[in-house]
Amino acid sequence: MRLYEFEAKEVLRRARVPLPKSVMARTPEEAETAASEVGGPVVLKSQVLSGGRMKAGAIKFAEDGAGARAATAEILGITVNGQQSVGVLVEERRDVAQEYYAAVTWDGRAKRPVIIFSDMGGIDIEEVAEQHPEHLSRTHFSNLAPLSDYQAKVAVSRVGVTGNDLGPLTRIVAALVKVFVERDMTLAEINPIGKLADGTFVALDSHMDMEQEARGTHADLLRSLGIPDEDTRMARPPTEFEIAGAKVNDADTRGVAGNITEFDGNLGLIIGAGGGSLTLFDAVRAAGGNPANYCEIGGNPSVAKAAALTKLVLSKPGVDKIAVMMNVVSNTRADMMARGIVKGVIEAGYDPAEKIAIFRIPGSWEEEGFAILRKYGVEFVDRSVSMHEAAARAVAKMAGT
Amino acid sequence: MAMFIRVDIDESVQADEALKKSLVEVCPVDIFALDGGRVVTLDANLDECTLCDLCIQAAGDRVQVVKLYRE
Ligand code: SF4
Repeated sequence: MRLYEFEAKEVLRRARVPLPKSVMARTPEEAETAASEVGGPVVLKSQVLSGGRMKAGAIKFAEDGAGARAATAEILGITVNGQQSVGVLVEERRDVAQEYYAAVTWDGRAKRPVIIFSDMGGIDIEEVAEQHPEHLSRTHFSNLAPLSDYQAKVAVSRVGVTGNDLGPLTRIVAALVKVFVERDMTLAEINPIGKLADGTFVALDSHMDMEQEARGTHADLLRSLGIPDEDTRMARPPTEFEIAGAKVNDADTRGVAGNITEFDGNLGLIIGAGGGSLTLFDAVRAAGGNPANYCEIGGNPSVAKAAALTKLVLSKPGVDKIAVMMNVVSNTRADMMARGIVKGVIEAGYDPAEKIAIFRIPGSWEEEGFAILRKYGVEFVDRSVSMHEAAARAVAKMAGT
Repeated sequence: MAMFIRVDIDESVQADEALKKSLVEVCPVDIFALDGGRVVTLDANLDECTLCDLCIQAAGDRVQVVKLYRE
């Protein structure tokens, strides 16, 4: 779940990261008062869970309270990437001599957290990585070993920071690492860290994402930030289709079958197993297919649950066929899935042989599963056909529809 | 309506109170139930049969689990 900038900055403030003075305002009137409190020229930043604020005109500057009030009235009317502002952060405007970038995130390939640091902050970090790799460091660390400021110091010094700047930047990065590890973040970023004319440093903007599953663990933090339980922080409200999927999942505790995301394609997906969902979704896209949905199945859902999910996917307007694909399964039974899906297709009023583009669930009890699929004339493959190949075959079948 | 599994119970089972109770207890997916003193199968649960054979271990050849898709 993503935090708003004002919430991320509160987390940083508690971690003793230096910040410019700022006050959150929900209305133009509050912004006027906030600007007087902060004093001097201010920057007014729309609070949305999305990037692109500057481009959308949702960050403005004002010299005084009256200006802050007028700018806030404008900002509150601007949507950024479809998101309505929840307020404006009124922040003192600082003259910055140099900008730095710091982030802590997971490196999926290294299977370890990584500190990313650059002395070229304030701009797109991907661009820095591509065009100025010598200005960016990646420093992996273990989240099992006790945290040490040493890794932060290595990350900062790797881009050539020395002398008086090394200490304060190290302290900021070390605090960011601590927040990341202790609060189960998937991303903790400060961009930019500003070096001011007097040689001090402040975090000018911050972006934090916490593991959705960690909400319970960090209920204390969320409560103290004023985030209610019902504030899911999803990119958009769930669709009726997605709510129906969650109901399918909640109706039966056996296994998982229902965590579903709606797309506008014509190939329904019943996919899952050990990261298989993402791989298979991407494989369908890579083969030129148009998924109607993303979903996750696993943990041996009941036949009834698999059937209900199948019926739901088939009920979505525009779905021509479904592709049933999983990684090699061990704790989900191929035959129970075959029963559920064939049953769901028949109960929805279709012929499984026609409606199921491909069935690839290799693994436990697959021979029983294959027997069911054979009986109903469904095309199936075993593990000798890769997930990518199976996805490509499903997409090819769609071309014939 | 069950599509994949049928469970046949021999009539002799109905005279064996302990076995009837045992069938209801052993099945992990509640396929057996007592109804008016008789042990019966619940149609809504038949397709959930895990083929675990616990009912057969309890009743021997007096209970048969039939895979309709193999017929
Ligand atoms: S085989 Fe197992 S699941 Fe199936 S009816 Fe017998 S006890 Fe129940």
